[in-house]
Order: sequence, then structure tokens, then C-alpha cells
Amino acid sequence: MCCNKLSEAAAAKFAELDAFIDGLGLDLKDERRRGRLIQILHRAQDIFGYLPREVQQHVAEKMRIPESSVSGVVSFYNFFSTKPKGKYVINVCLGTACYVKGSEGVLRELERVLGVKADTDPTPDGLFSLMALRCVGCCGLAPVMVVNGKVYGKMTPAKAVAVVEEIKAKEAQA
Amino acid sequence: MKKITSKADLMAMYESTKGKLALRLATDKLNKLDSPKKDVLICGDTGCLVSNSQDIIANLKAEVKAAGLENDVNVIQTGCFGFCAQGPIVKIMPENVFYVKVTPEDAKEIVEKHLKNHQLVERLVYVEPTLKAQITDYQQMPFYKKQQRIALRNCGLIAEENIEEYIAAEGFQGLAKALTEMKPAEVVQLVLDSGICGRGGAGFPTGMKWKIAAGVQADEKYIVCNADEGDPGAFMDRSIMEGDPASVVEAMAIGAYAIGAKQGLVYIRAEYPLAVKRLQLAIDQARELGLLGKNILGTDFCFDIEIKLGAGAFVCGEETALIHSMEGQRGEPTTKPPFPANIGGGYWGCSTNVNNVETYASIPIILRKGAEWYSKIGNWKTERDENGHWVKTISGNAGTKVFALAGQVNNVGLVEVPMGTTLREIIYEIGGGIAGGREFKAVQTGGPSGGCITKENLDTPIDYGALMRIGSMMGSGGMIVLSDKDCMPAMAKFYLGFTKDESCGKCTPCRIGTRRMLEMLEQICDGKADENTLAELEDLANTVKDTALCGLGQTAPNPILATLRYFRDEYIAHVRDKKCPAGTCTKLYQLFITDACKGCTKCARNCPVGAITGTVKQQHVIDQSKCIKCNACIDACPFKAIVKK
Repeated sequence: MCCNKLSEAAAAKFAELDAFIDGLGLDLKDERRRGRLIQILHRAQDIFGYLPREVQQHVAEKMRIPESSVSGVVSFYNFFSTKPKGKYVINVCLGTACYVKGSEGVLRELERVLGVKADTDPTPDGLFSLMALRCVGCCGLAPVMVVNGKVYGKMTPAKAVAVVEEIKAKEAQA
Repeated sequence: MKKITSKADLMAMYESTKGKLALRLATDKLNKLDSPKKDVLICGDTGCLVSNSQDIIANLKAEVKAAGLENDVNVIQTGCFGFCAQGPIVKIMPENVFYVKVTPEDAKEIVEKHLKNHQLVERLVYVEPTLKAQITDYQQMPFYKKQQRIALRNCGLIAEENIEEYIAAEGFQGLAKALTEMKPAEVVQLVLDSGICGRGGAGFPTGMKWKIAAGVQADEKYIVCNADEGDPGAFMDRSIMEGDPASVVEAMAIGAYAIGAKQGLVYIRAEYPLAVKRLQLAIDQARELGLLGKNILGTDFCFDIEIKLGAGAFVCGEETALIHSMEGQRGEPTTKPPFPANIGGGYWGCSTNVNNVETYASIPIILRKGAEWYSKIGNWKTERDENGHWVKTISGNAGTKVFALAGQVNNVGLVEVPMGTTLREIIYEIGGGIAGGREFKAVQTGGPSGGCITKENLDTPIDYGALMRIGSMMGSGGMIVLSDKDCMPAMAKFYLGFTKDESCGKCTPCRIGTRRMLEMLEQICDGKADENTLAELEDLANTVKDTALCGLGQTAPNPILATLRYFRDEYIAHVRDKKCPAGTCTKLYQLFITDACKGCTKCARNCPVGAITGTVKQQHVIDQSKCIKCNACIDACPFKAIVKK
């Protein structure tokens, strides 16, 4: 962050997170308050979109636990991200059922079209993040791709590119 | 809703609601096409929601209303029918008619023709691929004939978001029986005698687990549901939680009573948002009815359930890792003992019992119908004492197991079969054989921890021990069918990529071993390895198997060892001849256009990188430096003129 003063938008987000944590009624003397950490981090990621260091610090202070513990948990679980994501997060399923039906080809084609490697930074325009995930449990529709929570079944490289093009066209209009 | 405070209240509610299911449970289906009263069932699970089942439901409801049939026809969103490959499915009861691949636009015709004029909509009727005949009655479909749905008994039968329908399906009567007629030790004995084993994969007798937990003297105990379905390719737990969440609630209460716990926890993966929502709804509704909370059914028994979200870590399916994750820590496993049931080994150090979703889903019906009923399903041979209690298992297992059938098979979906069913029956009869007329090569079971089973072992009756003996394992029930176009070293590479990502890093054999094994497999698939690599790979695989800390690491080499055991020739082809017999390893082949090419230009138009050149009516050429081997040209070519060499 470039300055110490939080922008209004960020302050509102921290306030929302605080309200959630306060609502849990943590007993700061009880060792078991730690059990709420993952739940709080889920909420924080919902609010901020990702978990930058200042959010992790904030959670640690609020829960009165070491920042290292928070960081340890954030880095352990795939679901938590310390980097911002694109406006559209494309998750290509690399579960076994999708893999044997050719989802790797879908992922490679999207990497080529978007010009980014999977599980790295978003596209330079900030529009897309490309990720690989393991199984959303829709194996009957393999191969599967998920864009911002919406599942697309029976994908081919060409169909996946068409979905991306559609989003691009929609964004260009907006 | 009025609280249920006694068994009599529960039975009164059952009596007043069971009529709701009458049409759906009707066994006599003769001439039912004419019956004016109908229940129209549509799957509302994740898989079918993707295929617009919500719109189908909305359209059907609107059309039913427009046709003035709303007093006679109920449109009901249910759980999974299992036949995911043909979804979305619309099932009409009492005549048992099964429409497949329905679109929202079909709603009008279904209502007009079927519901109003009592005629079949023939174009939507399922056509059986092997018989090439239309089958309307799902019970006659080969997909369902050999199945026995126990854990999935309510999936696709009851409205999933309504606990009243669960009660109408005899729900909570198992709990009522336990609380009012049995001592906790009797419940444990019943589960032990039934022979049910942990359906999460390990196959440890559930009753034994409960007995150990019940034997621990402690005031604070926990009962946990492991809903962290991490095996990529298995989705039975998701289906149960989405289609019949209340059965998990009831079973956990039964388990809690048996072992003496007051608090239950469900650890569920965050990748299943709909399952989380439905389970929470079932918990809330049960609480509202007084079936969770204080003094359940007017007894001294108090119990409640809380949901704990996972955050994407495969290792958290291991019970000690799961417990650490619930405590808000990194989900790293610890050595056993202490076992979770021991004091000091469980949640916050308290005695904790962990069972899997599918195991729980079978418990209420076992309580209701008794141990003997369940123990006779499957191929279980036991030695029993004079009271009929289980002493030891001679062979096989009791009950049923749900498998998620996927991969190169015609009928992708969820199937539940009695133990002892053969793989051939599952793949060829239920699964309808190999898709696209391909040749069967192997079936992968047990997910990333499992192995593969070849043609020679297709007639093995399935049980935990039998699968271990042929080099694989039951696992959570993922069953991936592979055909001749699947490369086995590449499959092993795929699984090692998974376990390498999911290794928690705590112990060295797993953290470094999985990475090194993956590198070797990459070299093999890229044609950069020699026969020494194979020997080193096998050696390392055995070392990791023997030395890793937890189940994840110990089983991570299984995909390698199993494929080496059965498909060594494929590995040899990769390292010696630098060829991939299945034609999937992209570094080991090039695409060529043969003289069968008629110059139709389809390939050139479909190539995403412009690697194909040629003029109309002349043989085209692929520029190897540009080709990315996406194989789009092969799919596009109508003359089969493009070959891999």
C-alpha cells in the first residue's frame, strides 16, 4: 500500500469484516477461538476478493493470534489466495473424470488464447484469471469449466474459447 | 412448524405425510399413464442445474398451471437419479416414465401430450444403446436393474429441501427406535452385526469404531462427518448431501447417542456450495422440529450439529488432518496413535469419532430394518456367536457401495450395487460398455491412492479385500474407465501431479518423493527417459510407500506401481522406442495428412494456430513447427486422413 490512510472503500470492507468477527462472539481467553479462523478467512476473502498481508494482520490482531498462524493457514489451503484475481475467474476442472475426457487440452488452449499460465497472475487487463481445480463433482458433464461459479459442461477447446470471446464482447460493450 | 416431542408425534407426522410419496412409491404401474394424479420429478443437483434443470422446473410449473392441471400434478425438485450422462432427467410417476436430455423448451410438449392427453413424448424416451430399443420404465433399464439403492434410497425420490418429505420416507424412525427402545451399547452392537464398513475407503468396521469411541470415559465427545470428498472423480457424497441431507443429520444423531457425544460437526469442502446450503437447511429444519437440540423426542438425549468449511486440501480427508483443520490449523496429519477416539487424539483433544457421508446415509435404514437385513446384502460370510452376534469376518463385505462411474463409459453416473457385484457387471451392464466403440483397457479405482484393474480381473467380485489383492483399492468409490486411447504412464503422471500438489509437506518422503516421481514420469512421457529411469522410479515408489507419514503419502505411489505391474510394456515403449502406444503423449508423435486427403479444407479452417496449408481439392500439409497437437484437425477431418506417427 502506498500510504497509511485507508481508502473509504477499503475501510468499509474492514468494517464489514469486523462486524462479522464481532458477531461470532469470540472469547479471547479461550484457546478454541482459533477454530473460527478458517471461517473468518472465507468471509474475508468473500469481502476483499483475496487475502493480502494487511487483511491477514488484521484478522490476527482481531483474534489475538500470531500473524504467522494466519499466514500458515492461508498458504496451506488452495482456496485462499494472497493475490488479486481477475474479474472473471476461469477454473478448468482437472479431476480424473475431466482429465480422461480431455480437459487438459481445454486448459492448454485457454492458456494460449489468454496468454497466461494457469494458476498464475491474471491477464494484464485484469479481466481473466485462469486456474485449474480438482473436481466440482459434475463428472457426468466432463470436461467441466467453471467461470465465476457458473458451470459449463461438455467442453472442447473451441467451446471454451467461445465462452471467453463472449465475455470479452460483453465487456467491450459495457 | 409444530415441534416433535415424542415418538408418537413423529409417527403422527409420518402418517399424515406419507401420502405425499404414494404416487412415487406405487409399484403397480399398469395403465397408470391414464391416471390424472401425477408427480413430476426433476433432478436439482449441481450436475443437472448446469443443464438448466431450474428452467425446466419453472417452465413445467408454468405449463401445468396454464393447462389447469395444478390440482392434479405436482412438479417436484428431487436429488440425483444417478443417470447423469442422460441428464437432465424428468421422471413421471406413478407410470415410471423416464424422459432424458430434456430441455426447458420441451416442457410444453410434456405437459400437453403426456400430462394432459396421456400419451408418451416418444422423442424424449431413453434409447438403450445395447438393445437399441426405447425403454420408458426405468426399472427395466440395464442401468438400474442390477443396482440396489440403500445409501441413495431417497435421492431422486423426495424433495431435497423439505424435511417433511424425509419424514414421509420413514425418516427419523431409526433415531426414534434407538432413543426409545435401545441402550447405546445395543445400537453399537446392531451396527457391528450389520457389517457396514467405512465407505470413505478404508473399510474399517463402523460398529468397531463406535465401540471404541463408546468405551472411552469422557464428558466431552464429538461425532464428525467427513464430507471432504477429495477424490477427483467421486461425487457420491455430494449427491447424498444435496439429495438427502436429512439422512446424514439423523445418522449423526444415532451415532452420537451410541458413543455418548452431544455435539456433531460436519467438515465439508468449500467446493460444494449447494451441498453446504442443503445440509444447513436440513440442520435448521431438524432443529425447528426439535429433532436436534435439547431432549430429542422427549428423552434425555441432547445433540446439535455445526458445519465446518474446508478450504481445498485433499489431505484433509485423512481424519487427523481433518481434525486439525476444524481447529483452524494447517491440515497436516499426525501419527496414530493416539487415534481420534482416544483422549488427546481428537477435536480439541477430546474423544472424536469420524465417519464418512455415505456410511452415515446407510445408518438410519440399518437401524430401522435391522442388522440381519443389511448383513444379508452383499457377499458377507461371518462367524457368529450363539446370540447371532458377529465374531469374525470370513470373507467379503456386507451391504452396498456407491460408485461414481466416469471416464470412457457410456452411462456416466452414480451407481449403487451390492458388495460382490463384479466389475464386468458394473462396466458392461450398468455402465453400458465403453463409449465410442473403443476397447476396454483398464478401470481405475481408489482415486489418486488406488490402482488399476485390467481385463483379466474384470470378474472379480468387489469387496475391500478383493480389490486390494488385485493391486487396487475400493477408495471412496471413484471408478474411472479407461480405453485404448488412454496412456497409462500419462495417467500415473496425472495422479502424481495431483498428489504432489496436495502433499502437505510435513514428511520428506512425500514432499520430495512425489515431486521426484512426477519429474521421472514427465521425462518418460516426453521421451527423455531411459530404462534406468524406470528402475529408479520403481525403487523410489516403493521407498515412499514404506516411509511416508500418512495415508496420502503411503498410497501416492500406487498409481505408478499398479500401472508398472500391468502395463510395463507401455512404459518400455515410452523409454525404449520413444513411442506412446495410446497416442496421447504429445511429445512422442507428430500429425501427418495422408493421401486420403480430398482437399476439403476443413482441417485448415479448424486449426487454431494456422499450421495447415493447402489449396482446395489438393492434399494439405501440416507445418510441424507451428502444430500444437490439439487434434482439432483429426476431429474435423471427414476422411480420416490425419494420422499420428
